[in-house]
Amino acid sequence: MKGNEALALAAIHGGCTHFFGYPITPQNEIPEFLARELPKAGGLFLQAESEIAAVNMLYGAAAAGARAMISSSSPGLALMQEGISMLAATEIPCVIVNVMRGGPGLGGIQPAQSDYFQMTRGGGNGDYRIISLAPATLQESAEMMQEAFALAQKYRTPVFIVSDGMLGQMMEPVELNKSRSKERVAEQPWILTGHHNNRSPRTIKSLRLDPAELEIHNLRLQEKYKRISQAEVRFEAYREVDAELLFCAFGSTARIVKNSVDDLHQKGYRAGLIRPQTLWPFPALAFRSLPKSCRSVICVEMNCGQMLDDVKLAVEGRVPVHFYGRCGGMIPEPEELTARALDILSGDSQ
Amino acid sequence: MYSERILCAGFGGQGVMSLGKLIAYAGMLDGRHVTWMPSYGPEMRGGTANCSVVVADQPVGSPIVTTNATCLIVMNLPSFEKFQHSVSSGGLILFNTSLIDRQVERRDVLAQPLAANELAAECANPKAANMVMLGAYMGLKGAPRLDHVVKAMKKVFGDGSSTLFNQNMKAVRKGMEAVGKVTASKKAA
Amino acid sequence: MSVIFSKTSGLTETATHYCPGCTHGIAHRLVAEVLEELGLLGETIGCASVGCSILSYNYLNVDMIECSHGRAPAVATGIKRTVPEKTVFTYQGDGDLASIGTAEIVHAAHRGENITVIFVNNAIYGMTGGQMAPTTLAGQKTTTAPEGRQPEFSGLPLKMSEMLAQVPSASYVERVSLHHPKYIRKAKKAVLRAFTCQMEHRGFSLVELLSTCPTGWGLDPIDSLEWLEANMIPYYPLGVFRAPEEV
Repeated sequence: MKGNEALALAAIHGGCTHFFGYPITPQNEIPEFLARELPKAGGLFLQAESEIAAVNMLYGAAAAGARAMISSSSPGLALMQEGISMLAATEIPCVIVNVMRGGPGLGGIQPAQSDYFQMTRGGGNGDYRIISLAPATLQESAEMMQEAFALAQKYRTPVFIVSDGMLGQMMEPVELNKSRSKERVAEQPWILTGHHNNRSPRTIKSLRLDPAELEIHNLRLQEKYKRISQAEVRFEAYREVDAELLFCAFGSTARIVKNSVDDLHQKGYRAGLIRPQTLWPFPALAFRSLPKSCRSVICVEMNCGQMLDDVKLAVEGRVPVHFYGRCGGMIPEPEELTARALDILSGDSQ
Repeated sequence: MYSERILCAGFGGQGVMSLGKLIAYAGMLDGRHVTWMPSYGPEMRGGTANCSVVVADQPVGSPIVTTNATCLIVMNLPSFEKFQHSVSSGGLILFNTSLIDRQVERRDVLAQPLAANELAAECANPKAANMVMLGAYMGLKGAPRLDHVVKAMKKVFGDGSSTLFNQNMKAVRKGMEAVGKVTASKKAA
Repeated sequence: MSVIFSKTSGLTETATHYCPGCTHGIAHRLVAEVLEELGLLGETIGCASVGCSILSYNYLNVDMIECSHGRAPAVATGIKRTVPEKTVFTYQGDGDLASIGTAEIVHAAHRGENITVIFVNNAIYGMTGGQMAPTTLAGQKTTTAPEGRQPEFSGLPLKMSEMLAQVPSASYVERVSLHHPKYIRKAKKAVLRAFTCQMEHRGFSLVELLSTCPTGWGLDPIDSLEWLEANMIPYYPLGVFRAPEEV
């Protein structure tokens, strides 16, 4: 089973009931799989006329109480941002998958991580944050997918799964937790059900023309984001304890960095890796208490330096932060990372 | 430490994708870390197809094999020309001479020619050329295990026609024989 | 003394923000009365769109959701596909439905979504201050067509009902007008037919309501009603453009 299919199956196991999709490479296996399998599980698959329509269908379905999700790839995500801002403002729980490809513009269709900004900096208008889960293996993709719905419900927020063309297209062994979540979206005081003439009408809205009212709403959202930042930060630390050089990488890139870290250890160098599993909230605390041995940090991404900003903010200038990136769909090889690391370790950082 | 980076390439329809899947799935049954990654997108529509397979003792980093392949299994001429330099020194190029009328120019790799289409036709299924290549690969590398390939075949192709399964297994053995290593794996079947 | 008329329970007590002479209030009342008469107020979810009517959720006594500009038919699709037993409608203006939301409305009709669309056409963008809409008449002055709409430059006004009636899966499409009590009674019948269509699972229904915008048009309320009759109806003929059999 391909990564995209594992993700789609995990969504069904996670209790997804509604999916709205639109074709775009390299995520097509997700809608194709769910078109076949979701109806068998009692759910609904509907192909939308555009990503814009898909995200708005998601909005309507989730507002009516569905456990709903959509998926797309980078340019499609850009189209969805209007709706995502709306989902954040109206606090609608739902899951959105981005199987990233190279940009800007139509870019390419090969794996890239150039949507880090799009996945962590809002993307749409307004002050809002979205939980961004970044798996590095198919096992983790499946687990995060199942967990995403629970997080979405817990905080009444959209949740991103940040995958890419590599994780979406590849196959590797996965053990799926097949106990399908039977948990339904509990009757909540905001879900649109019709008022049955026994309560006042409910409204889901984002428009607040009174600035004071909008400020109160925004501050309440910020309060929620703060709670999420405190409770939901996740990262993996690998061979970091006595590392002289600390890598930072997420998703598919982190797999390759791990190979390089091992390679460096074999050559007698102490390298380690911090792998953010949540891109937002970013695991800044992993860098607050750098091991005493750490002399420099290198951020590796399949883009031209986006997470780099967050790493620099977290390191706060205590050690130099270097960058190594490949982009446009080019995948770094462990050898080039090792070579760059050796340059840094030997003091030849340029 | 075991670390195989295999690139399987050919025309669409030659079964290079399933060839790669069989090596990956059987490699998993062998107890190793494996990944399989297809080429995708418009490239696929142009007629050539390829996939990367990594089989290793360590968790797999990049699943994409574009350079430093330890083995190239190549079934047509365009792919042969495109990928013969993707193999690292000391690697193996297993090439289908039924459709590739060239020789491997490099002297730093092991080149194994194989008339896979003709050998497959001898097994009553000309389409099983990919299985002949698989057998040859197993014969030369001693992995994956034949009994694991049998299991993998059921997983990849389903429990369909037993005639087809028997033809495929015959083609696998044909490939093993062709590289002169049939005896070593006989007991596993 | 007996009560011979009372306000429909489909409207809330909130006073509307609409300008004097605007026909949104009439359109709201027709929707509210029809839903009340069909006994659907408690079983309805409405989709408000961007435009003057965005605050309609303050006035209509049903559960409602606010939609981004033009997207109401997609949101309604998501709702209806989740709770098909509920009555789902969108309430959209001509800027929303005929300009930014053309893809969403065409494809809701294309899929034969079993929803009802209330389309208020006043030939102008009211909320943003009287700019040209796709429905603005030739020669009609707006803030973005100060010399009047020039067809050779901006094209001729879009006839949405005629266009949507051509969509194979659309079920019921009618254009009515709100400029006179006689026409308003006809308009109410159309709104009733549209919601009945949904109750009977006949698919996509749309009622276009020709409406006034005295503020945007720069006319007083009475002149606006006359202007609608003299200018809009000749270009936007009233009538049923598509109907399922025996509705």
